[in-house]
Amino acid sequence: MNGKILIEFFINVFSMGSLYALIALGLVFVFGICQLINFAYGEFITVSAYILYFVGTFTNLPWPIVFLIAILVGVAVGYISELVAFRPFRGRSLDALLVTSFAISVILQNMFQIGISPRSKPVPVPAVLAQNVNLFGVTTPLRNIVMIITTIVLLVVLTLIMKYTPLGIAMRGASENFVTARLMGVPANQVISVAFIICGFLAGVVAIFWSCRTGSVEPMMGGTPLNIGFIAVVIGGMYSLPGAVAGGYVYAFISNTLSLVLPTTLLSYRDAIMFIIVITFLLLRPEGLIRGSYQEERVG
Amino acid sequence: MSEVKMNTKETQKDPNPILEVNDLYVSYGAVEVIHGISLHVNKGELVSICGVNGAGKSTILKSIAGVLKPKSGTIRFKQKDVTGRKPEQLHKIGMALVPEGREIFPTLTVGENLRIGAYGRYKPKTFAADLEDIFELFPILKERYDQAGGLLSGGEQQMLAIARGLISRPDLLMMDEPSLGLSPTRVDQIFELILALKGRGITILLVEQNAKRALEIADRAYLFSNGRVEYAGCPKDMESSIDIAAVYLGANKGGNGV
Repeated sequence: MNGKILIEFFINVFSMGSLYALIALGLVFVFGICQLINFAYGEFITVSAYILYFVGTFTNLPWPIVFLIAILVGVAVGYISELVAFRPFRGRSLDALLVTSFAISVILQNMFQIGISPRSKPVPVPAVLAQNVNLFGVTTPLRNIVMIITTIVLLVVLTLIMKYTPLGIAMRGASENFVTARLMGVPANQVISVAFIICGFLAGVVAIFWSCRTGSVEPMMGGTPLNIGFIAVVIGGMYSLPGAVAGGYVYAFISNTLSLVLPTTLLSYRDAIMFIIVITFLLLRPEGLIRGSYQEERVG
Repeated sequence: MSEVKMNTKETQKDPNPILEVNDLYVSYGAVEVIHGISLHVNKGELVSICGVNGAGKSTILKSIAGVLKPKSGTIRFKQKDVTGRKPEQLHKIGMALVPEGREIFPTLTVGENLRIGAYGRYKPKTFAADLEDIFELFPILKERYDQAGGLLSGGEQQMLAIARGLISRPDLLMMDEPSLGLSPTRVDQIFELILALKGRGITILLVEQNAKRALEIADRAYLFSNGRVEYAGCPKDMESSIDIAAVYLGANKGGNGV
């Protein structure tokens, strides 16, 4: 019995942690390149979730195509928002960019509320993902396993791209020292665009798994994943991609542990306790788990 | 320019200098730091810019390389007006700046640092040969090829920073305070290296606080003071024709009326 709880616990930690890691990565890719905390990231996820709702409800396209469309729209939203909203303000000040990201977030939320509905819509998900499978004597929905495997595949692919392609090397360089990278011929527009494209891509993937868990989409749904991603990034280290991933898993670990050990009466305070732990952690280690180029000067 | 003391024979311009800066004004925000500087570099020359802290030496390099946008004035590079172009565009057409403080990418390996150095002008066919060329000049970089740049010593980091500039085979190599913060032996090495690069026919614009050393190796020199050219000409005449000490101490006998 005890062993079963432990296995269940770890399946939960790894599946939730995988999702949180992907959420956090989307934030760090943009932050690493342009020091911007992209508050519109939650709404990137919401857009993709609405696409799942529309395409899944009103067409008979096969699931892989539906998912692909949702991801592609996420990519497009990331790319276009950088092009029309962030690029004009770049080089002004970081505050301007920050306000812009809030603005995009609010504009998108209002568009969902007015254009679609303030109330939540059911997102159809393939039945197979909700099916229970037996793993080490524990039953768990198949989506948890798919989530873990998808995340591992994406992390491997992203790592290979960042490590071995010229663009990946340039992006890592640009995230450490943007001006110097430009002096070596790394085009600012290109690396920032790519960062937002990756951010949008991850938002699309996250939207799929998030909707599978909640089964619905509503205008304000982006807030929760944004918060989770933000905390994960803060735990892991703002300047490091591996840090973001680690932060996602640590977040899932702490939150699942609290669910497991807290008495029922305290369970509703789980998030509050979570925040206290995070704040304490930050007081002790402000740079996060993985330092990255933490001490680097900000470059706008 | 008329107020600037200069040795006309030594400052003669080629008809087509590789770099020509004309009456440049640059500000940081509301503060103007470069007040109408003109200078040029001929092909194959080693030109030094000297002056105290805050004279505008680094600022002029950053402006030429596109990091800072000049308020007015023009910059011509290889007979083209490149005023206001972005750093990545300028790198592509053959400009390289070895920035002050080395600015290597600390978590990237030496190899990755060099690969980024060639980013804008990467040619798959010649990159391996260019790399071998770099290793010949800097054997230490071959040894440390897979190490993170941040783990190198200060001198090695400076080698890497220069190598990163060289690997793009630039038509103009600008160096900002390459000897800053290095031990005396390392300083010697750096200046020997700069001479060797000049020997290879590389056009160099060098900014140095170590005026004595910079003047020794330069073909021509500029002395900056308070964002203006105080003296331009032959480095050997510089010391005799102007009281460098006074300029360095800010007494300003150059007649620019500060």
